[in-house]
Amino acid sequence: MPEAVSAVEMRGIVKRFPGVLANDRVDFDLRQGEIHALLGENGAGKSTLMNVLAGLYRPEDGAIWVHGAPVNFRSPRDAIVHGIGMVHQHFMLVPSLTVTENILLGLHEPRFLMQLPAYHKRIAALEERFGLGVAPEAKIWQLSVGEQQRVEVLKMLYRGAEVLVMDEPTAVLAPQEVDELFATLRSMTAEGKSIVLISHKLNEVMAISDRITVLRKGRTAGPPLDTGSTSREALAELMVGRKVLFEISKDIQAPGDLVMSIENVSAENDQGLPALGGVSLQIRSGEILGLAGVAGNGQSELAEVITGLRPCTAGQVTINGKQVSNLPARVAIDANVAHIPMDRTGVGSSPNLSITDNLIMKAYRQRPISKGWSIDGRFARRHATKLKDEYEIIAPSIDTQSRLLSGGNLQRVILAREMSGKPQAIVAVQPTRGLDVGAIEGVQRLLLEQRRAGAAVLLISEELEELLSLADRIAVIYEGEILGIVEDQDQEAVGLMMAGHREIPAKEGERKSG
Amino acid sequence: MNWTIILHAGIASGTVLLFATVGEVLAERAGILNLGLEGMMLIGAMSAYSMAINYGNPWLGLVAGMAAAGLLSLVHGFVSIHLRADQVVSGLSLTFLGTGLSLVFGEGLSKAGAVALLPKFTLPVLSSIPFLGDIFFTNQSVMVYVGFLLAPAAWYYINRTRPGMHMRAVGEYPAAADSMGINVYGVRYLYTCIGGMLAGLAGATISLAVSPGWFSHMTTSGQGWIAVGLTIFAQWDPLRAAAGSYAFGALRRLILDLQGPTKLLLWDNPFYYNPYWGFFLKMIPYAFTIAVLVIGSREAMRKRLGTPAALGVPYTRGQRGV
Ligand SMILES: Nc1ncnc2c1ncn2[C@@H]1O[C@H](COP(=O)(O)OP(=O)(O)O)[C@@H](O)[C@H]1O
Ligand SMILES: [Mg+2]
Repeated sequence: MPEAVSAVEMRGIVKRFPGVLANDRVDFDLRQGEIHALLGENGAGKSTLMNVLAGLYRPEDGAIWVHGAPVNFRSPRDAIVHGIGMVHQHFMLVPSLTVTENILLGLHEPRFLMQLPAYHKRIAALEERFGLGVAPEAKIWQLSVGEQQRVEVLKMLYRGAEVLVMDEPTAVLAPQEVDELFATLRSMTAEGKSIVLISHKLNEVMAISDRITVLRKGRTAGPPLDTGSTSREALAELMVGRKVLFEISKDIQAPGDLVMSIENVSAENDQGLPALGGVSLQIRSGEILGLAGVAGNGQSELAEVITGLRPCTAGQVTINGKQVSNLPARVAIDANVAHIPMDRTGVGSSPNLSITDNLIMKAYRQRPISKGWSIDGRFARRHATKLKDEYEIIAPSIDTQSRLLSGGNLQRVILAREMSGKPQAIVAVQPTRGLDVGAIEGVQRLLLEQRRAGAAVLLISEELEELLSLADRIAVIYEGEILGIVEDQDQEAVGLMMAGHREIPAKEGERKSG
Repeated sequence: MNWTIILHAGIASGTVLLFATVGEVLAERAGILNLGLEGMMLIGAMSAYSMAINYGNPWLGLVAGMAAAGLLSLVHGFVSIHLRADQVVSGLSLTFLGTGLSLVFGEGLSKAGAVALLPKFTLPVLSSIPFLGDIFFTNQSVMVYVGFLLAPAAWYYINRTRPGMHMRAVGEYPAAADSMGINVYGVRYLYTCIGGMLAGLAGATISLAVSPGWFSHMTTSGQGWIAVGLTIFAQWDPLRAAAGSYAFGALRRLILDLQGPTKLLLWDNPFYYNPYWGFFLKMIPYAFTIAVLVIGSREAMRKRLGTPAALGVPYTRGQRGV
């Protein structure tokens, strides 16, 4: 044991999944009252390590001490008894129950009758203490994602958690909500609680943490670093294992003719509720229009309307003057619209087909891949081999089923298919989501290449930074409406609109609220 | 036609549907769809009747009917909770298993002679309420009064108690319940079994109270299926379930009575002069059941009706991404 007693000490943790060594002798220590960031690319083993700490997974090897005493957790319940609570990436909340009910779930008190009003009060008091505003009597389904996250935090605080683990908490939040979350975290450390913040975003780690542990491919990349004495560049290198370029440079380029015109489009979501209410956007050749917004504000519905996958109830979409909305998806394909969907395995690819089949999926109808009724297998394979090299798809062969590919490689297959057809218009939905730093760079470069080649690009993303560096203009969508278009990279204006504020504050004036 | 008699008998016959439907509501709120109601009701009716004949005690029969159906429901529980089989298939099989077992063990039971039935009585004070007193509180079986209490008790249990909340959590989002230390499998077994016992109670209520006797599969004559439909119609709410059950009980009785008189209001009664038309009347509850099942199975409708989100979905712990 170390000299000063840590809140949590993990030593030599090993955790295997079938075919994957997710944690390979990992050490981790958390000091009392600190915010400790656990940084690493996707798949580095961050969630696994913390699930071990939270009692969800049992490690094959290694030991854990809490406040200097050895522990052995068999279930999340054991962990919470020792004061360790975790907020998962996927919220564990019952939508039809109220906030209070969700917090009380599984506790022994109240014993039989619920007597909710008394508990509403207790929870409101707890909220007050840590600055977590959410109505205790509200049902979970009525809450925004940010509020749901607060309920998860409250759940742990109510159970007396001293150590709080948050797994990528900012992934689902609008920028202003991130600030609020960070304020809450600080008020918790001020009361002596200790926090582990899992993230793969360098900026926020630099902004909030006291110390940083970097995980790479299941191992720690060295001992913990003091945030004050390290840099973004150094962390990125530790994360990826090589130097990374941050600033993607974009040439100045005057846009050409109007290509994609979205006129007053309204549509419904899968539940038959209105998802889009009169969206209008124009995108010209050689231009990237960024669409910012917190997920679930109508982005995916808009992408589907443009690509012919969802009918619109009003308005229309035209590509070079030809209508593509409310027509079969084939019309959009023939109009040379590329689609990089958010759902890579359900929409973007067919998991059980080979890489080759996935690559020719859009062009199979045209010469030279097909001759009349039949597909020229030999040509298709040559085509696939060429794309595999060109787009650096790492796979045993072009016959490998696409479901066996890692996330980054699958995205490369989709990009290869969509970009090789010299698209006129591109609809890219979260094209870098879940990819690691190296792969993100590749995707962004490809999009800029298409811009140079004269494509009109609609880039839908939740990563504000990505939009700011790639897009020529940024439109903000909120509850199915475009709240405004920002042309001058005004980050604060975009952030406010993402949270639903319609009025953009005057440049130098005070920020309006409401 | 005498409306007081129709409604009085309708309440009694609706009590059977009420027990079965409330039981199914409880099982489904915990996420277990049990289509085996008909089988469980039959085995309940048979066991209760047989016990009552052999020991001359209807209360013993009642207990036996509930126990037999409860045991049978555990078969469905094991197959759908532990083995994670398709609950529709398992539930249908349970209907056949229950029907088969009760026909075999009930062989000869219909000629077994007189049996002591559950008592009937009139409630003092309440029975003197005009009109309603005659329908609800006069010369009804003890089971009818139990039914009056069961529905509000079940509503209160589901919505206002801690175990009721746990049950709802398990039926809506078992992973969340599990992560908070609730024993998902245990809860599901419990309510599957309670649902089964209430179906058994429904069966026993038929054979020992409402239409006493054992008439092989005609004893229940498809009421288990009507209860399945009523569960959806009631939107998983015991109070609505009670209302629906009594309405259907009255409807069943009305259908019988419609064929009696020669004149309906001013016109000749077509059901009297064309006895075969009565079949169409008798179809109504079943046609309703089919319609409700069709509507209730549409995805968009499921959201609107408030179907428990995890209804019919087996739960496995620790799936990826959790
Ligand atoms: N439940 C699981 N079953 C199988 N493999 C898993 C499971 N959870 C994680 N993995 C694998 O373990 C590795 C680490 O995953 P994870 O801890 O989720 O990474 P991170 O949170 O850093 O993105 C990945 O290769 C992932 O595919
Ligand atoms: Mg993770």
